[in-house]
Formats: sequence, structure tokens, C-alpha cells
Amino acid sequence: MPEYKTEPLKCWPKAKELRQKYYLDYQEAHDKKGLRWTGGAWAFDAIPAGLGRDVYNITGEPYGASIAFDKKLSMECLEAAEAKGWARDLCSYMRNYWGSMYLNKYAFGGEYPKPDFCFQDHICCSHGKWYQHVAEYKDIPYFCIDVSVGPYKDLDENRLMFVVNQMHESIEWLEKITGRKYQDELLIEAVENEVRSTSTWAEICCLNMNRPAPLDEKTMYSLYVHGTLAKHSGEMADFYEELRDEVKYRVDNHIAALPNERCRLMSDTQPPWGFLEVFRYLEQFGAISVGSLYTFGLIGIWETKPDGTWGPRTTPMQKGESITTRDQALRVLADWNLSKPEWQHFYDPNLKTEMMLQIAKQWQLDGVMLHLNRGCEGLSCGIMENRLGIAKAGIPVMTFEGNMGDEREFDEKRVMTRIDSFMETLDMEILETPVGKA
Amino acid sequence: MRRLMFDKFHEWYEKRHDYARDWLAKNDGEVVGCFCSYVPEEILYAGGMLPVRMLGSHEPQDVTEPHIFGMYCPFCRDVLAQGLKGRYDYMKGIVLSQSCLHLRQAFTSWNNHVPVDFSFYLYMPNKVQTEHARPYYAAELIKIKGALEKWSGKSITDESLEAAVELYNENRRLMHEVYDLRKGPDPKVTGLEAMHMVASSFFVDKKDHNAELKRILPELKSRTLDRETGGRLMIVGSENDDTEFIAMVESVGATVVVDDHCTGSRYFWNLTERNGDLLQDIANRYLDRPPCPTKDWEERRRFPHILQLAKDFGVDGVILIQQKFCDPHECDMVPLKETLKEAGYPTLFLEFDVTVPIGPMRIRVEAFLEMLGVEELF
Ligand code: SF4
Ligand code: SF4
Repeated sequence: MPEYKTEPLKCWPKAKELRQKYYLDYQEAHDKKGLRWTGGAWAFDAIPAGLGRDVYNITGEPYGASIAFDKKLSMECLEAAEAKGWARDLCSYMRNYWGSMYLNKYAFGGEYPKPDFCFQDHICCSHGKWYQHVAEYKDIPYFCIDVSVGPYKDLDENRLMFVVNQMHESIEWLEKITGRKYQDELLIEAVENEVRSTSTWAEICCLNMNRPAPLDEKTMYSLYVHGTLAKHSGEMADFYEELRDEVKYRVDNHIAALPNERCRLMSDTQPPWGFLEVFRYLEQFGAISVGSLYTFGLIGIWETKPDGTWGPRTTPMQKGESITTRDQALRVLADWNLSKPEWQHFYDPNLKTEMMLQIAKQWQLDGVMLHLNRGCEGLSCGIMENRLGIAKAGIPVMTFEGNMGDEREFDEKRVMTRIDSFMETLDMEILETPVGKA
Repeated sequence: MRRLMFDKFHEWYEKRHDYARDWLAKNDGEVVGCFCSYVPEEILYAGGMLPVRMLGSHEPQDVTEPHIFGMYCPFCRDVLAQGLKGRYDYMKGIVLSQSCLHLRQAFTSWNNHVPVDFSFYLYMPNKVQTEHARPYYAAELIKIKGALEKWSGKSITDESLEAAVELYNENRRLMHEVYDLRKGPDPKVTGLEAMHMVASSFFVDKKDHNAELKRILPELKSRTLDRETGGRLMIVGSENDDTEFIAMVESVGATVVVDDHCTGSRYFWNLTERNGDLLQDIANRYLDRPPCPTKDWEERRRFPHILQLAKDFGVDGVILIQQKFCDPHECDMVPLKETLKEAGYPTLFLEFDVTVPIGPMRIRVEAFLEMLGVEELF
């Protein structure tokens, strides 16, 4: 059995530092006379960037995940949301977020920093409603862009313009509520950064096609998150380029994520954040999750290449196109985001099955683990049809129930037992030599 | 006397499949299943089709487990079950108008597993509050019109569309008239009757429905119910055609005088206002409807509408009902309760599943009525 070299990622400290800085910047924004806004990870963060360089945001899903990671705080937040009367089956990120707001506790220390406005987009039933409540509770203005215009394959001018027109409207609104003059050059810069960071992330995911995989999914969770925080930021885009170069280096030098990789899997939807140990458990079998549609396509932007394979979407800059006007920037931004893989299955589970099968083929997978995630109705939408589609294509598939942000709905022992049976069907046994100790 | 008046609606509601088969035998058209009350039925009707809203059957089932994960609302699973069990085997087309993720799964799984000749996913905007939704939605209506024409091989003319809009508006006006008769101190219609009336209108050719409404309305105006009104209740929440529940509520000293449901008033409340381009007018009507929570942001337009209904119908208390796991309604429940409380309307919250646990719910409804001070009725 091969035994590959491993080594820690060199840019790991930088990743941590960037993330910490992001949350701190948001907290300290008012001390710097800057602006603070809150919205979803899919919000068009490049748009408020046009208000100035002192505009900081916090995105609700990664924030909810950070809370979920801290089981004690998460329980306090979830209970605070329940005490207000909210249903326990609502989006668990949203409940963690709301709980932190009610308790006036910032997950990174101190009080919940009051945002100046909410800026969101809407595709899942909870999106528009999440910040409606935040805006009411904190008595701040709110704007939300509806992006539910169908899958990218059916995009036409009418559908695109519905989004672009709302974007124009949002800029007028931002000027009105902040009293600031909007700067188109900052928008253009942010759009260029966004397409760069999201396409580069897809490039990084592609490098995981190599055997041994240079990254495992647990590590990828800590890296894709930068795109969910501020995909428009130059700092994040630069970081992804640095990361890509390092991952390339790992590929060239056969540096593996898992020294005894012998079984390649993918997962689906957000993991139960308090229980990432599941991935460590897989390693005992020499099994590695090399990614998922979720890690690849929540932020990564992709396209089908002429040979039919899936690869990073070519940016306008790579095509030699330059963005010079507000309207052009918004059209690029809308079109780019509407092609996001994780948006397609909101309309048709078959589109997700096709993408998953494409990943299974290209990344040479042995099996698929579907997380039936009770915490996210958006990404679990259609998941049972995905299971049927994957099984029909002859790829071994297992499911486990859980919740990304509410540990009360995750039964670790039961999941491990299901993994044992799945591994058995794949003819995998726990390796005698513990990982990395050979 | 009372039973006779609403018997036809009741019969249509119970025998919806027989009605549809009969309609097919008599008409040169197809029956089209509509997922969600946002489907612009007039366009289908103008194309010679019978639009039929998909509802569940309130029977326990286990056929949807492989298709929809258990965290989605029981209503969407119940709807899909109807298709998987072949209850609509006469229906050749289906249309979804975009609303919630739950029902969307019922539609996409139906599409995958139940044979149909025509299926159409209409991308209706969720942000109905922006002016940009108007041209966007009108252009999407042109697409569904074209698709229907292509499928049926018949063109939908301006005249047929005009006639359909008028027929639908007439149905809405007539049902409004019936609802108005519930405003007075002695409502002339029970909540159960109103529910049979509205729900049957989902399945029946509006020509027939209008004729029946016109038949009963004159008599209805002078009707006196041989029952006490008791507590005047409003029912608000997600999809609800739980007739058994309404019957129970009305058997323990109350009358349901109004509702805010997509299976109730929301379905017919506003008319298509004629201003110019017909498809644009139709689009505007659906965008301006008393909204479903999933289409009610950033501003809350639903709550003021509910408060107005409560005032106009002299409501004593409000039963908030919700299909388990229905996220859009769950996202409104807490602020809605607060809004009603601030306005002085006591509320009772009940969670619904495919079947209704009548016994436990009766106890809670009775306790609620007692709190409203209507216990002297017993
Ligand atoms: S349910 Fe999922 S898609 Fe919807 S807001 Fe929550 S995390 Fe996002
Ligand atoms: S909002 Fe809820 S009840 Fe209404 S259609 Fe959607 S899932 Fe069903």
C-alpha cells in the first residue's frame, strides 16, 4: 500500500490570521468611523464595497458555523432563539445568529456589534426572512436582492435583468441610507476580485483530482470559508492565489493530505460543524473525502470546458475583457453568481445529480456520503432524488442524518456505525497502522 | 336548509377526481395540475385547460420517503403522494409557480416519477415588492403562454384571455360576497362551508363554480343559521384544507369568520385590475396578492392585511396554524403573534401534520375559547 509524504500547509497561519482579522475589523469598524453591514454568505458583497474602503461586513452562515463549532455557546444561542418562540427546525445558522444577537454576545468576544444595515440576497426560503427579523430587531434598514430566476442553463436577458435592475436599485438605496456617494471604481475592483477569488478556488479544488489528494475536505472547510466571508476582497483573492500555488507545489511533490489514501469519497451539504471528527474517523480506513459540490461550488465558480470536463470559470479579465462601467460590473456580477453550482439544484435536483456524477467521475471517487442536513433546507432540497440518481449511476452512496449547527440532532455513534457498514460495502477495513505512524 | 346550500361545493371537494374525469369527457382540453396558488390559472383556462390545484389527501402514506427528506412540510409530501399513488392518472400537465422550496420538491419529484406530457416551472419572483418584478414576471407569463400553446396546438387569443380574466374575477367577486356575509353579528356562513367553497373552486371549472355561487347567494343573504355564533375566530397560517379540524372548532362553541390562507381568502382576495396589457395586468394581480410569507419582505405587507381582516370581521381570537416544518410560515410566526397580541387579539398556535390529532387539538381549542370568555355557551 502506498505511503505518501504529508506536511502542514504553509499558508495555514495566514488563513487563520485573515479570518481573525475579518471578524475583528467588523467589530472595530465604528472605531474607525467605518460602516458595518450584515447579510448572507451569498449576498453581493461587491456592491456595498462601492461605499468606501472602510465598509466591513459579517456573513451570517459562516458566523452561525463559528458558533456551532463552540458547542457551549451554540447551545446558549439556540436556546435563546427557542425562548423567543422560533421553531427548532428552522435554519440552524439563522437560529445561532439570532441567538447571538438576542444574547448580545459576539462569538469572537464582546457584544454583538450592531450593524448599520442588512444587505442580503434571496434564493432559499429563509434568506429574505432572516434579515427581515435582524433589521426589525435592530431597527436598521434592509435591502434584499431576489436571485430566484431559475437555473443558469435557462438564463436569458429578462431573468438576468431582473437581478441587474435590483442591483442598480440597491446602489441608489445604499446612497440614500448611508448618505455616501457611491464609487463605481471600487465596485469594479470588487467585482474583479470576486471573479478572481471564486475562479481561483475552483482551480484549487481541481488540484484535488490528483492522487494522492493534496487537500482533504476537513482542511478545505477552513479554506473555502474566506470566500464566504468576503469573496470581493483583494486580500482574499490574493490569498487564494497563494494557496493555489502551494497546493500545486504539493501536487508536484506528491505531498498528500492523507498518507495512506486508498479510498476517495465526497460528502454533501454542510457538515455537522461540532463533529468534524467524522472525517478523522474515515481516515482510519484510509478513506479521504476530497471535497463535495458544497465545498467546490458554494463559492467556487465553474464552467464546462470544451472537452466536457468541469473546470474553473474563465474570468472576464482572462478573456481580455475590461469592466469600465457600473452597469457592466453589475451584469458580470449577476451572470457570474447565477452560474454558481450550489444555486442550480434549488430548481431541479437532477442538475445537482449531474454535477455530483461529474465530480465522481473526474475526481475518481469510490463513494458518496450524503449528509441529510436538518439544519439547512436550502442545500438539502432534492437530496433524496440525488441519492436515487447517484445509486442509479452505480456509485455507492450512503446517507446520514444530522444538523450543521444544532448538535442535538446529530447522533455521532449512529453515524460512525453507518460509516462502518458503508466501508464494509466498499470492502474497506480499519487499517492496522494508525494514520501517519508507519 | 344549511346543508343543501353548500352541498354542491362539499361534493365537488370530496369528488374532485370524478369531476375532473367528467370534465375531460365533456371538453376538448386537458387537466393541468397547479402546484401552489400562485399559478396564473387564467392563462391555462384561456388555453382550454382545466387548472386543478394540487392538495393532499390527509391520509398517512409511506410512498414519498425515497423522494423527499422528512424535514420538509407534510403538505408537500402529501401532494407528491397523490401523484405517486396514481390518483391523478388522468392529468397530463403540471405547472409550478415558484414559491417555497418544499412544494418545489413535490413538483420536481412528480416530474421525475409520474408520467406527464407537459411540465412547466414558472419562475415567479419572490421579491414581489420591487417594481422590477412587474416586467420580469409579465415576460415569464409570455413564456408559459407560449409553452401551453405549443403543447396544446391551440393559440391563446386575446379574446379567450379577456374572457378567462373576467370569469376568474367574477369568481373572486362572488366569493368575496359570500365572505362579506360573515362580517355581521350572525355570520350566514360557517367556516367549514367557506372552506368547502374556496377549496372546491380549485378543482371546478369556474363557469360551474360561478353558477353555483350565483344560485346560493340570493338565499344566503336572508339566511339565519340555526346555531350560536360563539367565539368569532380567524385562522391564519400555511396551507390548510383540514375540514375535520374546522368542523371540530365549530362544534365547540365558535365560528370561523375569516382566514388568511392560500387555501382561503388569499386565493381570491384581489382582482385582476385592467390597466392595459393583459398579461401585465395578470402578472400584477399575482404580485399584489395578499402575500405568502415567502414573498413578504423586506417590508411586511402581510401583517397589516391580517389586522385589517381581524377588524373587518370582528374577530375575538386567532388560531395560528402551521404545517410542521413550513419554514416560510415559521419565519413569520413569532412576529405575527406579537403583532396580533399588540393589537389585542389573543392567539392559539397549532402545528399540523398530514392527519389532524383531533382529540388533543379539541382540548386546546376549548381552553382557548374559555380564555376568550365564550365558555357560557356550553
Ligand atoms: S437553510 Fe441553508 S440555504 Fe437557507 S439560509 Fe439557512 S444555510 Fe442558507
Ligand atoms: S409555504 Fe409551507 S404550506 Fe405553503 S406551500 Fe410552502 S411548504 Fe407548503
